[in-house]
Amino acid sequence: MLATLPVTAISGKASAARYAARHRNNVIAMVLALGATALGLGWLALILGSLLWQGFSGLSLRVFTQMTPPPGASGGLLNPIIGSLMLTGLAVAIGTPIGILAGTYMAEYGRYDRLTKVVRFINDILLSAPSIVVGLFIYEVMVAPMGHFSGLAGGVALAVLVIPVVVRTTEDMLTLVPNSLREAATSIGLPRSLTIMRISYRAARAGMVTGVLLAVARISGETAPLLFTSLNNQFWSTNLNAPMASLPVVIFQFALSPYKDWQSLAWTGALIITLAVLALSITARSLVAVSKTS
Amino acid sequence: MEPARRRSVVDLALPQGALASAHAGTRAKVLDRLRLGDTAFRYLTRAAAFAVLLLLSGVIVSLISGALPALRTFGLGFLISQRWNPVTDNFGALPAIYGTVLTSAIAILIAVPVGLMIAFFLTELCPPWLRRPIGIAIELLAGIPSIIYGIWGLFVFAPFLQETLQPFLINTLGNVPGIAPLFAGPPYGIGMLTAGLILAIMVLPFVTSISRDVFDAVPPVLKEAAYGVGCTTWEVVRYVVLPYARVGVIGGVMLALGRALGETMAVTFVIGNAHRISASVLAPGTTISATIANEFTEAVGDLYTSALIALGLILFVITFIVLAVARYLLLRIERRIG
Repeated sequence: MLATLPVTAISGKASAARYAARHRNNVIAMVLALGATALGLGWLALILGSLLWQGFSGLSLRVFTQMTPPPGASGGLLNPIIGSLMLTGLAVAIGTPIGILAGTYMAEYGRYDRLTKVVRFINDILLSAPSIVVGLFIYEVMVAPMGHFSGLAGGVALAVLVIPVVVRTTEDMLTLVPNSLREAATSIGLPRSLTIMRISYRAARAGMVTGVLLAVARISGETAPLLFTSLNNQFWSTNLNAPMASLPVVIFQFALSPYKDWQSLAWTGALIITLAVLALSITARSLVAVSKTS
Repeated sequence: MEPARRRSVVDLALPQGALASAHAGTRAKVLDRLRLGDTAFRYLTRAAAFAVLLLLSGVIVSLISGALPALRTFGLGFLISQRWNPVTDNFGALPAIYGTVLTSAIAILIAVPVGLMIAFFLTELCPPWLRRPIGIAIELLAGIPSIIYGIWGLFVFAPFLQETLQPFLINTLGNVPGIAPLFAGPPYGIGMLTAGLILAIMVLPFVTSISRDVFDAVPPVLKEAAYGVGCTTWEVVRYVVLPYARVGVIGGVMLALGRALGETMAVTFVIGNAHRISASVLAPGTTISATIANEFTEAVGDLYTSALIALGLILFVITFIVLAVARYLLLRIERRIG
């Protein structure tokens, strides 16, 4: 490695020139690094800025109390907001138990066995798999056999995205629980399952809740898996067996429409989602911070 | 915590046990129930772990079975045909594959150098009190849903590019012999380049945060030794930190590439949905995910639907390979760090 270093002092003059060149390169690199950071942060500010600007101008009580309007009329986003909440709730209700149980197996029972290794690898793939492919999968196994789009299918599609996030955080957090706690519980005769439920889960609780919050943050803006599972619904509907409106899909539809009212509602919806996601990630982050200090 | 009364182990374990402990027979029953519960829980968690495996195989099987009609009709020609005609039921995947690869390549080409430089700033130059806030800001950028990038790209970024960057590129690089066709045509605003730039912004946080983590994992002794022989900060990063962190950085880049390849909403808004391969990066095109998102619900006929699912299968195979390589590389560096 050292051989590649451009450090060979020959004569006084040459080494002074070389020193100047190295110094110059260093300054250039530092300026570039500073510039890159400014670019990254500037971009965040730019996106959030235009989102706030466009979103707030359309924000009013109407948005939370009225249904999505036909083109040209005034209206709100009540049905997609409720739809999104229901779909997210359904996804968490299905995905969290499976994710926690799978993570429990990987960290508690089979920490070193083959199944765990395979599941960890597959789970990591699922974690970053394209969400539109998940939509196609649920379309094939639920929508096509049932013959119609439904909120249920949308919820299951989102659950498929929740599971890998929860598995990952549960496994990570349970692995961090000191073994001496488990040994202490076992030594007083606590069965394995109760050791896990009463000792490990309790010790890892903050981290596991964080995982669920991160999963909710991840799915609340997901559009692709909902496009052909829960589809969309212009009217008030809480029927999980029928197509259901959701914020991201409504944003998609309204933003690409030629109508000014719809576009403005799309911006407002985008603002609501972003604020919700940011609030969730900040809560998750502070939970981790609290559990680290205590 | 417990009262000083004498209790056996099982009684400590379970309140019900304490109640039933009076009689030896009922105690045995409680123990049996515990054993049963223990086994049941163990199998339950095992079943959940298998469910994760089942999920992935379910995705693969359903995609293959859905894609079969199209693959049977068009054969391997599906991969290299440029036609996309729903009216005559003639489909080919090449324009979508080309768009997917091109936009992701643009994204990686921009995001990697910028992300590495930000990681360099965060680990070596940034004052310690600024590190956390900037790191968090970058990670928040990663949490913004892709549809937000899409709507921002459509209404703010594309019009901006149409008026500034694209005419500039056409007037300068568009006249350079050799690469002129790359920048030919009118400035549409939307198109491959715009989609690539949006993707670059989207994957930048991934590249940055992984690079920062692996840079941080470089043993300080190595850096101190380099500083000790008189290296400048840049030389330390270039000749010590980067070589040491190389595998991790490549893993992070592959992870970002996986994201870029599969990204749907941010691209769908600004790509322009044209099923053709243009030499110019300014021209509208399409990607696999954008095609599926735009056309799936309107697809009439089994062959059309099947062709779209076949596109999804191709996307899944590509991202699977990229992500698997990324995981393998990241696992290697994790093992080395220990």
